[in-house]
Amino acid sequence: MGEAIVVTSGKGGVGKTTTSANLGTALALMGKKVCMVDTDIGLRNLDVVMGLENRIIYDLVDVAEGRCRVNQALVKDKRFDELYMLPAAQTKDKNDISPEQVRQIVESLKPDFDYVIIDCPAGIEQGFRNAVAGADQAIVVTTPENAAVRDADRVIGLLEKSNMAPPKLVINRIRPNLLKSGDMLEIDDICQVLAIDLIGIVPDDELVIKAANQGEPTVMNPDSRAALAYRNIARRILGETVPLLQLDEKSGVLRRMKKFLGMG
Amino acid sequence: MAGKSPITIKGVKEGLIFLLDDQCDFVTLLEELNAKLDKHVQQFTGPIVHVFVKLGSRQLNDEDTERLRSVLKKQGNLIVQSIESDPLPPDADAKPSLYTMTGMVRSGQTIDYDGTLVLLGDVNPGGTLRCTGDIYVLGALRGMAHAGSAGNDQAIIAASLMTPTQLRIADVISRPPDEWASADPWMEYAFLRDGSMAIDKLASLGRHRKEVMQFKGV
Repeated sequence: MGEAIVVTSGKGGVGKTTTSANLGTALALMGKKVCMVDTDIGLRNLDVVMGLENRIIYDLVDVAEGRCRVNQALVKDKRFDELYMLPAAQTKDKNDISPEQVRQIVESLKPDFDYVIIDCPAGIEQGFRNAVAGADQAIVVTTPENAAVRDADRVIGLLEKSNMAPPKLVINRIRPNLLKSGDMLEIDDICQVLAIDLIGIVPDDELVIKAANQGEPTVMNPDSRAALAYRNIARRILGETVPLLQLDEKSGVLRRMKKFLGMG
Repeated sequence: MAGKSPITIKGVKEGLIFLLDDQCDFVTLLEELNAKLDKHVQQFTGPIVHVFVKLGSRQLNDEDTERLRSVLKKQGNLIVQSIESDPLPPDADAKPSLYTMTGMVRSGQTIDYDGTLVLLGDVNPGGTLRCTGDIYVLGALRGMAHAGSAGNDQAIIAASLMTPTQLRIADVISRPPDEWASADPWMEYAFLRDGSMAIDKLASLGRHRKEVMQFKGV
């Protein structure tokens, strides 16, 4: 029986879809069988980021309304055999599906996969309730900005009301130079306000944008620091203890290690 | 009604004491009382008798009190002096005036309480604490706190880390950057001084409240 993890944030544009795509791919890279579910109905993006847009036949709403079976709607990834995606519908909206329907779909996926990653839409309305319904665990994504932290706090409050395990925090888009000059919220300060476990920090990386536009998850790129950060998060999800990413670019040891391991 | 009657009448110097059972149904009680009064109708005629009704732990609303009164009034010579219930015992359901709560108050969450609140945890920006008494936060107060919300301007707000978005005491609303700012490393409290918000360290609260405290030592 697999585990369903919802990736959520409250605020839009902090990197939920990027995080979902990269964590899904990283877990697949580590030999796990993964299904990513896009619940952002009407504004689906996960398929674009994964580069699977042109392979979609059926979608989440089709499954919910019984027009097809779940297996027919799953899109197999072009890079990994054990990575699948259940796309959202683009022509409908969030109210066309109920939390109970999503819960049933996720439940039906769990026996066949090690991990079901649910990409949540922004906001705290119906779309959020749909995405959260079937999840066993939650990852809250935020960026080091006050607005994003406020929204993350709101979402954590809502998640704590459900019977889910305490959510984990990913701080995305960190700019080490701003952090060093004190112009960005400190990681410690964010953790103190939100008071949940940190599962990873991801530096801002232009390669992420490039990769998303090419439909290739960043995780595949050995030169990207964000990729390393996402792989670390995936390892932590698997239960490994991995130290937090060194944000300092000139961490010579790390570079040398990567070279030595043939990743650099 | 088998066994004991729910009504006991005692004669005392001042008049009669009606001890009414507090376990039975109120309607039954009224019927029993009616029956009893009818039965002893002779005894209740004649000179005016003062009646003291004791209800035990039963609490009556105004309507039921009036019903009880009217039953007794049917006997012309009975003058109801008092209808009393025992003072409520401090049971578990009753809210204590000081309430201790553990947890985080996150954005969008509101705690309302009638009395004084102690929060063991943080209040985050967007979270709200509102109560009619004082507020003590053992943690960081980063959100909004409203003490004395029913108009008590003597209420205070104390916090280990006082960085609120807004403070309110009674009807006074205040924002930290304008009226006061604090980054002091001691526990502080907010109170009203001449109708405007003021902040002081918690050690001064004793002086402010003028409570007589005597610690006897060697």
